[in-house]
Amino acid sequence: MTKAFFDHISTTPLDPGVFEAMRPYFLDQYGNPSSHIHDQGQAALRAVDQARAEVAALIGAKAGEIVFTSGATESNNLAVLGAAEGAGAGKRHVVVSDVEHFSVMNALIPLRNAGYEVTVLPVDRNGVVDPDAVRKALRADTALLSVMHANSEIGTIEPVGPIGRIAREAGVTFHVDATASAGHIPVDVREIPADLLTLSAHNFYGPKGAGALFLREGTKVTPRAFGGFQEMGYRAGTENVPAVVGMGAAAILAGREMGAWAEHLSGLGKTLWDGLAAIPMLHYTGHPSERLPGHVSFWVEHVEGESLLLFLNMKGVMAASGSACSSNLRGHDEEDLVASPVLRAIGVPSDICTGSITFSLGKGNTADEVRLALDALPGIVERLRAMSPTYLDYQKRQVKGG
Amino acid sequence: MAAGPYSEKVMDHFMNPRNVGEIESADGIGEVGNPACGDMMRLYLKIDEGKVVDAKFRTFGCGAAIASSSMLTEMIKGKTVDEARAITNQHVSDALDGLPAVKIHCSVMAEQAVKSALDDYVKKHAG
Repeated sequence: MTKAFFDHISTTPLDPGVFEAMRPYFLDQYGNPSSHIHDQGQAALRAVDQARAEVAALIGAKAGEIVFTSGATESNNLAVLGAAEGAGAGKRHVVVSDVEHFSVMNALIPLRNAGYEVTVLPVDRNGVVDPDAVRKALRADTALLSVMHANSEIGTIEPVGPIGRIAREAGVTFHVDATASAGHIPVDVREIPADLLTLSAHNFYGPKGAGALFLREGTKVTPRAFGGFQEMGYRAGTENVPAVVGMGAAAILAGREMGAWAEHLSGLGKTLWDGLAAIPMLHYTGHPSERLPGHVSFWVEHVEGESLLLFLNMKGVMAASGSACSSNLRGHDEEDLVASPVLRAIGVPSDICTGSITFSLGKGNTADEVRLALDALPGIVERLRAMSPTYLDYQKRQVKGG
Repeated sequence: MAAGPYSEKVMDHFMNPRNVGEIESADGIGEVGNPACGDMMRLYLKIDEGKVVDAKFRTFGCGAAIASSSMLTEMIKGKTVDEARAITNQHVSDALDGLPAVKIHCSVMAEQAVKSALDDYVKKHAG
């Protein structure tokens, strides 16, 4: 059976060339970069330094501004908690958008507990943060502003350039979570006035277990991990050398191929987007044009997200959902029983929608795979609606009304 | 065929749900849940001489919700009203070879649906 993976926003397959670059650092070059008096340690140190320069090049940064971490969650935690603490005693206010990832949102819990005030910026129905709202939210005691570059669930790209300029004028440290965008669309810290920027290797065909935080020179951040002096003191602990090497190789690859990938993905994404229009009562989510290439997200009236995904999986089509029920599979408290926070933020009515569907295409996807999804979807929607009491009521209302 | 977090039995009842539909002039109708909370079930019962002679359902919800609904209808058919009322979410979950911990509420919904439908039956046939 043909299998089509359309969940690249959760992770991408490791590029075989990236894997080859990593391979020697598992078996032959096993040194610890901090123990570099001998050849093994020297080789590891050189490899980490080279990867640092490669990742820096992807975003127009200096090598000394890249701190390697275990991934986006750690980078976001370090940025939010480290910058809040680093801002000093008088600054006890943090501003974030309403659609940030859990690794930003949940990092606010200890800050709130410590007495910080948090302002959450609303988004419009396309999921876009209004720069004017940012201007109004920033205060003299604001320690940090955090707005993501692109949203994984609805694909919307935020105006981080204008937002960053407002933060800079106000003298507020600005963090950008670029997990979903880096390696897919240009992310350049010479154009985005971010002081902190999060990157994740496995979101652009690199390995899991490697991420980075860009720290612009002069930005004050206190560490979260304490120990040795690895990563300029921002992140103690022996570097995950093979993964760091892989992140560097993936950064080179993405820097070179990003334009071609985007062209390929935009074409396939348009086919998928246009084909979905045949399904009645389907609503696209996110911004129609300012969105990640190859990212198509929507919800369908009277169809629950997880059920749709289970049926799609049976047909070999793998997509994702921010639906109440499927996020609940991973969560563990009552909060998870409500509809996706992102859908709520963009004003999707929760009484008729509990499942947003996200198709995130990758460089390996083909037109045939998109066709497979488009062929499968109408029948699945019909089948689930035939089972739904809400759809039955809707039909009865239609008959009465007509 | 097992998929994701579910047992083979859950997947069987999800892919091939039994007793989907509605019963015209049902003797008892139960409705529980809320689409905003992720699932909603409507259960229709035909009751004759104190026995559940037919049961049909419509459910909006995840795989576990649909499978629990389907399994419930199979379990209550042929049972007396008292026997049907005694069915718990644990019975439904066990019959499905277990549900993931975070999906237990789906089997609770099935238990509540049958109790709600039987209450409706009692109300309709009171006096």
